[in-house]
Amino acid sequence: MTTATAEQRAGFFNRLANPTRFMGLADAILPWLTGLAAVLLAIGLYMAFFTAPPDYQQGHTVKIMFIHVPFAWLAMMGYAIITVSSIGSLVWRHPMADVAAKTAAPIGACFTFLALVTGMLWGKPMWGTYWVWDARLTSVLILFFLYLGLMAMWQAIEDASRAGRAAAILAIVGSVNLPVIKFSVDWWNTLHQPASVVKLGGPAIHPSILVPLLVMAAAFTCLFFVLHLTAMKTEVLKRRVQALRMTRVDAASGASK
Amino acid sequence: MTLLPELGKYPEFILAAYAASLLVLAGLALWIMHDARTQARLLAKLEAKGATRRSARNRKLPRK
Repeated sequence: MTTATAEQRAGFFNRLANPTRFMGLADAILPWLTGLAAVLLAIGLYMAFFTAPPDYQQGHTVKIMFIHVPFAWLAMMGYAIITVSSIGSLVWRHPMADVAAKTAAPIGACFTFLALVTGMLWGKPMWGTYWVWDARLTSVLILFFLYLGLMAMWQAIEDASRAGRAAAILAIVGSVNLPVIKFSVDWWNTLHQPASVVKLGGPAIHPSILVPLLVMAAAFTCLFFVLHLTAMKTEVLKRRVQALRMTRVDAASGASK
Repeated sequence: MTLLPELGKYPEFILAAYAASLLVLAGLALWIMHDARTQARLLAKLEAKGATRRSARNRKLPRK
């Protein structure tokens, strides 16, 4: 990367770190992203229920894969966003990085919860049990607890900047769980099947099932960003409300002296 | 093609997975939208009372 390109990129992130500029950009993107999410979800659901054939081993329960796998991907992507934002918050003190990390936690927690629930509902008819303490399932459960821990930390510490720093450290330490989740099916003998989409040598799934899966994954990814951008905008407004209230309190106490 | 999709031997598990997903994601979206509206209303109320941000006050200062 040339110095000029690096400076341009740094300039883009600095501009994005300005909350007012971010709000304008989010307002422009959100209607398009919401529409795209709705269209992709409609196409994905149609393909999942009407065009995708039953799997030769799993039969029609493969329909659960069309939601379970995107939820699991987004559970990890949510935590990756929190980790990168936490680094941005700790190292460069970007105000929007802090906002991004805080607001991604409840959304990531919901997707992780859904990955666990849909996995259990797929596991019972296929494995004969809802739950086993194997490495993949346990590491995803730990990811869910990490999300809850981050949310609790933001709630427990009143000073937003102190809460942000503490949560950022926890998030970065917890990110060690991401490669454990990804490679757990290779490192340990698990009941959970190994990777069949993102793997060396290409996907091991027939296109008639792979295409609906990718469409659903794209739809839920758009939905994730719609929810995240909206939550980030709300957090900016929340901080403005707090700042204005403090200004009014300061003005009132100054007038009474 | 029929209007109802073929769900095989375990329809209850497939429908439960999709219903749980709809419930959780709809709940999350409603909570986020409600929070957004609440904060926008609070901000509008404060600004109507004359509260302004530091950046807005600085813009009103005459240039020297």
